[in-house]
Amino acid sequence: MNSPRDIEMLIEMMAKLPGLGPRSARRAVLHLIKKRELLLTPLADVMQIVAATARECVTCGNIGTTDECEICRDPKRQTGEICVVEDVADLWAMERGAVFKGRYHVLGGTLSALDGVGPEDLGIPRLIARVDAEGVSEVILALNATVDGQTTAHYIADQLEDRVAVTSLAQGVPIGGELDYLDDGTISAALKARKRV
Amino acid sequence: MDWQDEGVILGVRPHGETSAIVEIFTHGHGRHVGVVRGGVSRKLSPILQPGSQVAATWRARLEEHIGSFTVEPLQSRAGLLSDRDALAGLNALCALLRFALPEREVHPRLYSQTMTVLEMLEGSDFWPLAYLRWEAALLEELGFGLDLATCAVTGTTEGLCYVSPKSGRAVSAEGAGEWGDRLLPLPPELTGAGDGNIGGVLDGLQTTGYFLDTRLAPALGDKHIPEARRRLLERLRRRSE
Repeated sequence: MNSPRDIEMLIEMMAKLPGLGPRSARRAVLHLIKKRELLLTPLADVMQIVAATARECVTCGNIGTTDECEICRDPKRQTGEICVVEDVADLWAMERGAVFKGRYHVLGGTLSALDGVGPEDLGIPRLIARVDAEGVSEVILALNATVDGQTTAHYIADQLEDRVAVTSLAQGVPIGGELDYLDDGTISAALKARKRV
Repeated sequence: MDWQDEGVILGVRPHGETSAIVEIFTHGHGRHVGVVRGGVSRKLSPILQPGSQVAATWRARLEEHIGSFTVEPLQSRAGLLSDRDALAGLNALCALLRFALPEREVHPRLYSQTMTVLEMLEGSDFWPLAYLRWEAALLEELGFGLDLATCAVTGTTEGLCYVSPKSGRAVSAEGAGEWGDRLLPLPPELTGAGDGNIGGVLDGLQTTGYFLDTRLAPALGDKHIPEARRRLLERLRRRSE
């Protein structure tokens, strides 16, 4: 613990990041200092820029550097489809797949009976307003296959009933998955959603 | 200290980056909390869903410690995820148990009734009736049971159709007289005689809800009845329309 106070503070801050503890934070900081020109200075610069510009998209809740994110501003995106996700991380996962060409809506969590999270705490009223205002024809619910995720999906489906078609992602055997290793719930969901080959 | 028991998962919240604090309603140890190491992992998170039945082993150095659980799956409730009404029932049941049961107080009879409702949620159309009886059993187990055997006014066992909001005792139409509109409904579904129609179940839930709200909640420090119960009533009302 001979590091000067500033470096110690940097280590403490890094240790708060997910996946890092005090030891790994110390190693990372040491590495950054050793590669000052290559890593530390550019990292500090870009962090400063992101700290000044990062914000939530006013339309969908995605994170970007402008009031409206790139996806919402992109004229090539289909406006008739909205994919509802729980978190920005889920939106990024969908984008990695590069299959969905519509727009998104980030809820920022799920309804949780146990933790007292209600519809107003999430972006559900904003989603309903978007569906009415943007002439949406389909809402795709890409929520987690958990009790909270599906409770939220059913709630949204109830709210949007008679306004728009509501669909959800399929559940079942993942690509590369072996039946022997799947849990009972996944096998039962896969069997229910079987299709003709 | 350690014990093994079977139980049903009531709730899970993350603890640090990899672990979870899990609440399990066990047969022989009541509602019990413990840490599950790696509880948010891909392997364990499907098992640690509310409603799942597990074989749990609890270990701690001292009895009063939170301790840690290791869990093995016994019965998944994943089949309920696609059924809106049943999922609402599952949420209400887990939320009410979490809300009402004191920690580490043993309720083997309520546990058996809970397992019955969970089994019925998966395959029986009569689960709303089972849920109503379960709520009445929950009230009874916690000392706020309804006395529905005889009329509080006339002593008769015939024509019972109200419950007194004051005493929780049944009242016959004759005994109620002109006070009927101030009493709570007593549908046959609540006394074990009805055929389980949703209207009767909803009437029964109005009565149990009243006592949950005015007797149980104040005894628990004026906590609010979980929102999940209101959502279940909403779903059942839609079903009855």
